[in-house]
Amino acid sequence: MFQRLTRERELPLTIFIDGTATPARHGDTVAAAMLGSGHVACRTTAVSGTPRGPYCLMGVCFDCLVKIDGDANRQACMTTVRDGMRIETQRGKREYGT
Amino acid sequence: MTVARALRGSYDVAVVGAGPAGLAAAALCARAGLTCVLFDDQPNPGGQIYRAVTNSPFDRGTVLGSDYWRGETLVCAALGGGAHYFSGASVWGLLRENEIAVSLGGSTRQIRATRIILATGSIERPFPIHGWTLPGVMTAGAAQILLKSSALVPTGRTLLAGCGPLLWLLAWQYLNAGVRLHAILDTAPAANWRRALRHAAGFVASPYLAKGLRLMFEVRREVRVVPGVVEIAAEGGGRIEAVIYRTARGRSERLAADMLLLHQGVVPNVNLAMSANIAHRWSEEQLCWVPCVDSYGSTSVPHIAVAGDGAGIAGAEAAEARGRLAAVATIRALKAEFSVGELERAARQSLDRYQRGRAFLDCLYQPALNFRRPRGDTLVCRCEEVTARQVLETAALGCPGPNQMKAFLRCGMGACQGRFCGLTVTELMAEARELPCAEIGYYRLRPPVKPITLAEIATLPADGAAVKAVARE
Repeated sequence: MFQRLTRERELPLTIFIDGTATPARHGDTVAAAMLGSGHVACRTTAVSGTPRGPYCLMGVCFDCLVKIDGDANRQACMTTVRDGMRIETQRGKREYGT
Repeated sequence: MTVARALRGSYDVAVVGAGPAGLAAAALCARAGLTCVLFDDQPNPGGQIYRAVTNSPFDRGTVLGSDYWRGETLVCAALGGGAHYFSGASVWGLLRENEIAVSLGGSTRQIRATRIILATGSIERPFPIHGWTLPGVMTAGAAQILLKSSALVPTGRTLLAGCGPLLWLLAWQYLNAGVRLHAILDTAPAANWRRALRHAAGFVASPYLAKGLRLMFEVRREVRVVPGVVEIAAEGGGRIEAVIYRTARGRSERLAADMLLLHQGVVPNVNLAMSANIAHRWSEEQLCWVPCVDSYGSTSVPHIAVAGDGAGIAGAEAAEARGRLAAVATIRALKAEFSVGELERAARQSLDRYQRGRAFLDCLYQPALNFRRPRGDTLVCRCEEVTARQVLETAALGCPGPNQMKAFLRCGMGACQGRFCGLTVTELMAEARELPCAEIGYYRLRPPVKPITLAEIATLPADGAAVKAVARE
């Protein structure tokens, strides 16, 4: 689990992770905002369905894939948060058309 | 700083990667009056070493250490000097003659550059232990990125494991931030010391010596360090719950854990360079693939140079100097009237200084065989979930190399494109077939070197010839 060294008032943004309002800092990536609010896992794999979470946080491992504003297979560590962004954890492989 | 300038169709120089090498190269090329574009796939300039230096959640305090803030000067020189910088710009292919395909905000553009400097930096070396895919197991580099960019630190029982300078630096930064670490499992083999001592004379003159000793002293005073660890496994259901380790002396222990941060060095990020058919060699010193380059970073492909850690690991300051040297060669080729002699001399002097003692570090922190060549049901390929046993059994069937193995196991065919399994597969196959790694080879890499959608490729503007190539009469 992770916590912030900065104080809560410096988290002016709100994003929604599986529907739950979650505070975030300007400049946070989606992965950072998820880890900072207790979401260690962000998807299940397409091969065996086991849970995965962010591993490298620099765009290399593709383990942090999530659905962002309806768009699946997005790298949470490579996407900067925007106010009101809707994040959904991803189950297995991307569904067609998403 | 991110100015969304319209991307031109062609540039004198394109630099890929805005870490120390790329920033230094772009700054110098722009200063010489060359048109220069700087692409970087991260949201802010600085690379991983100076990650978030322009929008840091920290004041210039003591948490990150003074070296970190050097990145600000580099960023200002490159972006203030006239290089066109594009953040969130993922270069996915170096195509026909001098063409670059870059993904920007969901659509792809193709541009041309007379010269290309690749400064794609390094990635974490694979650390394939049992349970390394469990949520809560991350790389030390990842944890440091969270610290630098979002001031996030781990809570609960946190273990660090592995070897290498970054592991100790992260531990030291955590201490500065008031984080309690449960233990550090040190995997550097004792035998490494004997081999490293041969290079000790060089390291005595290294600027990293005093810093390294101070870090290790301060960390060891505060944190329990378990030396000689030869086996590590992470256990848990939906996330990590415990770490089991064993030492060379046969002692083993099970520690409850909420986070396990792994690190056993970094290796060049070679995917883009390899996809452009640049010749690479296996480095026995660094146990990874490195592009074959001359002292300016020039490669086997005439218009492409590689600078920084992407051309072999040497650290941030050396990367900066190597970025300047690549720029020097580029300027000589494109703008001979701009004098670069003095710049080259200074860059070489700095490079010499920071490369002193690299052989010592390479030996001392060479990761142990156990942690490079897993066994049994430990996953080698995280994406396609292929185990060490499967790789070894397939090699025993007579499968000659990593590319043939893809057809059997899909190993390396997932989204990470082999970045977290390639070195492990090369080493396991070399062992099974009793051949040197250089002969086993690596995955054949092709563009796109980052997964992109067909919809995105369809956004490419098509000229008449392109339409004629596929359209029915």
